[in-house]
This record gives sequence, structure tokens and C-alpha cells, in this order.
Amino acid sequence: MRTSLSERFLDLAVSVFMWGFRILIVSVILFGTISTILAGKYTSEQWIDFVVQGISQGSLYALIALGYTMVYGILRMINFAHGDIFMTGAFGAYFIATWLNNIGFIDGNPLLGLLIPILFAMLVSSSIAMLVERIAYRPLRGAPRLVPLISAIGASFFLEYAFRGFFGPGVYAYPPIKALDGDWVILGVGIQKVQIVVAVAAAAMMAILYSIVMFTKTGKAMRAVSENKDTAALMGIDVNRIIVSTFAIGAAMAGAAGVLNSLMFRQVNFFIGFVPGIKAFTAAVLGGIGNIPGAMVGGLVLGIFESVGPSLFLEGLGIPRPYQLKDAIAYTMLVMILLFRPSGILGERLSGKKA
Amino acid sequence: MPMLTLDKVNTYYGNIHALKGITLSIEKGEIVTLIGGNGAGKTTTLRTISGLLKPREGNVRLNGEDLSKYKAHEIVYKGISMVPEGRGVFARLTVNENLEMGAYSLKDPQGISRNMERVFTLFPRLKERHTQVAGTLSGGEQQMLATGRALMASPNILLMDEPSMGLAPVLVELIFDTIQQINKEGVTILLVEQNALMALSIAHRGYVLQTGEIVISDSAENLKNNPTVQKAYLGME
Repeated sequence: MRTSLSERFLDLAVSVFMWGFRILIVSVILFGTISTILAGKYTSEQWIDFVVQGISQGSLYALIALGYTMVYGILRMINFAHGDIFMTGAFGAYFIATWLNNIGFIDGNPLLGLLIPILFAMLVSSSIAMLVERIAYRPLRGAPRLVPLISAIGASFFLEYAFRGFFGPGVYAYPPIKALDGDWVILGVGIQKVQIVVAVAAAAMMAILYSIVMFTKTGKAMRAVSENKDTAALMGIDVNRIIVSTFAIGAAMAGAAGVLNSLMFRQVNFFIGFVPGIKAFTAAVLGGIGNIPGAMVGGLVLGIFESVGPSLFLEGLGIPRPYQLKDAIAYTMLVMILLFRPSGILGERLSGKKA
Repeated sequence: MPMLTLDKVNTYYGNIHALKGITLSIEKGEIVTLIGGNGAGKTTTLRTISGLLKPREGNVRLNGEDLSKYKAHEIVYKGISMVPEGRGVFARLTVNENLEMGAYSLKDPQGISRNMERVFTLFPRLKERHTQVAGTLSGGEQQMLATGRALMASPNILLMDEPSMGLAPVLVELIFDTIQQINKEGVTILLVEQNALMALSIAHRGYVLQTGEIVISDSAENLKNNPTVQKAYLGME
């Protein structure tokens, strides 16, 4: 089919504009970065701090992002209640950790004092996610895509305000774990113990999840169902059971992230799931939604940019309080990466094969 | 008693009446073919047997048992496997993983590895490529994989939807030889084909479908010599 001259001119104009825009953004970032570095306001220890903070925050985003990406992979649906599933895990862990702390268990057994709340949070989050799937999503399977999306937003509000109703709007303080106070010195740099524990625990959880998806029968069935539900059923796979397992495993990761988040920030409240939920969703899109390693990479990239970005890119541009713009950086990052790679960092090009 | 029977099966897609009272039966050990043009209801018949679609009226019976109370994934456990239209291999899973999914309904690991050996004997090409991702296989190899995958469940009845679709003539020959071999090993086969000549050359009996109804039912030999069939489906005048 021949396109007319004016259409071709329009195409050309659009691509010239897009390239101009990309070049402009890259040069602004380069300019900011160079002038920040030339100004030399931060020491290398401070830069390392930013990066480490970014890694531990980013590994939490990654852990939550897995749930978004797995559910999307299997149902092509954004589970907007996932951030609140994270919150329910944090609440569960708060109650059990407080009790363990009151009987003096955490001081005596810091490792178990960490593991028991994590396991309990995973259990709480998984159970609630399975209930949400059963009540709010499964009856709408096969409905137009916007319908379960609205239902997910409803489930999100329901969980937030149910928890507010039960536990009030106040902020609960997660009990301190004394063994995690202070720094560990690694290669001559002092790093907060909490940050290391969070990053290592998150990495371990992700390794577990990845092995489940790659090597177990259920994991392989998940990948089969995400490609084609009818064909998967022809193999004898109970598609509904696999969908429930996907929700449960994703939610378990979010529950664990809820505890790690509590270790870092010490605060538990009915609303703590909202912002990390949106950020983790951003991370999932950034990495290429539906792609599990993508969610991990996207989370880390987002966490690091958010932490390093304000000082590195904005300080040099003469912006007075760059750290206030950390969220703006996060979403600018999203737009930028999607400008260059519309399918996300590790996403596949969306071709016609997904019928 | 026939192994599989369809009794006045009526299946709908929404309001579209796709199967209008299909009655057919298959004896143990047979190769039976369904031939007919596009939209005749061949695929719909297979999807109704495999439980992906439910008949609104009539029923599908396996050894006398009504299958309508079972979901698609439960019907596999009854010994019916299907090679879907367009092959439907899991493109991002490896050849081995595809075959493992085929054996999802089996519990015993020895049986699974025995079946895998059997598939690799039937299709040595799959063994060469067992670690490869299925999406990178050629069309013929994907058809081998889809067939092998269906055999992994140790089926008594194999439903095959257009195995020759989009394949070069040499590969079609190979696939049809394999179908005969699978049948000789004791698997009953219901074969849906647009390539009526190939289908009738290996089948024992056949049914001709037209707009959701069976219009002719006869032995394969007689169908090949039936002037109506020759004219409409075999391209002869």
C-alpha cells in the first residue's frame, strides 16, 4: 500500500521530534551529572551510601514487582491490590514480631526472630491473595479487561480500609532487632546491617522463586498456562489451580517484602502498601511486564536511580532540594526507558503472536 | 461397544450453532477421519470431545461413561489426548519441558521417562533438539513435538487436528507414517484433515462434515470412490 507524501512527511516529522526529545533528555542528564561531579559536593562514601540504599530499596521493589509481573504473565491483568497484599503481610509480621519481642524471643534468637515473622507474613499475604482471587477476580474471568482492573482497584481499597477499620489509622512501630543495629564494614566501607540483610534476604527469596518457576512441575505449568490456557488444559493442567498458585507465590514474595520493609523503616500502617505497590508496578513495566528476570532488574534499576538520581542528575542543574524530587526521578526514568525501549528493559517486542 | 461415541451432539459458540446433532462412533484400534471444508465443524467436534467446549445437547461417551461432567483437564486423565490445530507448542518452553507438560497427568517418573524414550524413538529429531526452546523449531518439528507431547500422557485415544497444515509434502508423509505407527502400537485415532486424500489413505473409516452436520459416513475405501467426495474434497472431476 502506498502512503501519500503528506503522511510520509508526518512520519518523518514525528521521528525527528522523538529523536530530538531523546537527545535533549540525555544531554540534560549528562550535563547535570558532569556538573555535579565537577562540583564535588559528595564524597565517595556518600555515593556508596546512595547506591547501597538504592540496592536495598530496589530489591524490595523487585520482590513486590514479581507478583505484578507473574499475574500479568498468566492473566494479562494488573492486580492493583498487590501493594495492599504487601501491607497485610507487614501487619501480620508486626503482630507476631511484637509478641516474640515481648517474650524476649527476638533478643535471644535474632535469626529465628527474623524468619518466623517472614514465614508468617508470607502465609498471611498468600491466604488473603487467594481469597481476593477467588472473590474479586475469578468470577470476572472472561469479562472485558477493564472489568477485573476496576475490581482490582476495588479490592485494593477494600483491603486498605478494612485494615484501617480493624487497626485504626495510626502507625505501629515494628519491634527493633538489636542484632541488626549498627554497621558491617565491607572493603573498608561501613554499611548498615539492615540494608545488607534486606538485600540478601530479598535475593534469596528471588532465587527461590526463580527455581520454583524454572524447575518445578508447578512452575513449568505456570509458564505453560501463561502461553496458552486451552492447550495447558489439554495437558491435564488444572488452569484454575495454577492461577491460584501464581497469586499465592507472588503474594508470598510481597509478604516477605512487607517484613523487610518494616525492618528498614520500622513503620506499619494501613496505607504503607500504596506507594511501594505503585513503584513496584513501575519496576515491573520498566523491566518488561510479564518477564520475571525483568521485574528483578526493573526493581533494582528503579531503586538505584531513585536513590542516586536526585543528587547525581539534579544537583548539578542547580535544583535546590533535589531529594524532594526522588519520586519524580523514578517516573521520569520510566518514561525515558520506555522512550528508548517501549517493551521495557528485558521485555519482548510485542508481536502479533499473542493471539 | 464402541470406545468413543458422540450422540446427537449440539455445540454452540455463543449463539452460533456450530454442531447440529453430530452422531459418530469409534471402535478401539481404528483410525477414523473427519473431513470437510472450512467451518464444517471439524475442530469444534474435537474441542467438544476434549472438553474445551461443552455440548448444549447430546453427549460424548467414553466406554459408556458420559464425559460431560468432566472439565478439559480431567478428560486427559480418562485417556484422551489432543494435538491442537496449529500445533500449539509452548513456544518459550524447551522441547523437554513441552514433553514433560504432556506427561502432566502421569505420576510415575519411570512411566514418564519410558514415554519420553518412545517419543524420541518415533521422532529422533526431537531428541537432537531436546534443550532447544520450542519457538525456534521448524513447522515440521513443532508438529512432531505437538504429537509427541500428546503421546506423553499414554493416551488410549489421540485426537489430531490438521497435522498436515502448513507442512511440506515430505513432512506430511512422515507425519502420516508416524500416525499409522502410533495406531499399530494400540492407540485409537480420530484425525481431522483438510487434506482428505492423505487422511483417507491411512484411515479405516471416515465421516464427511458439512456446516455442522455429518452428511456421509462410510469406509475410507468407499469414500475415496464416492463421486461426491471426489468432487468436493479430493479435487477430482
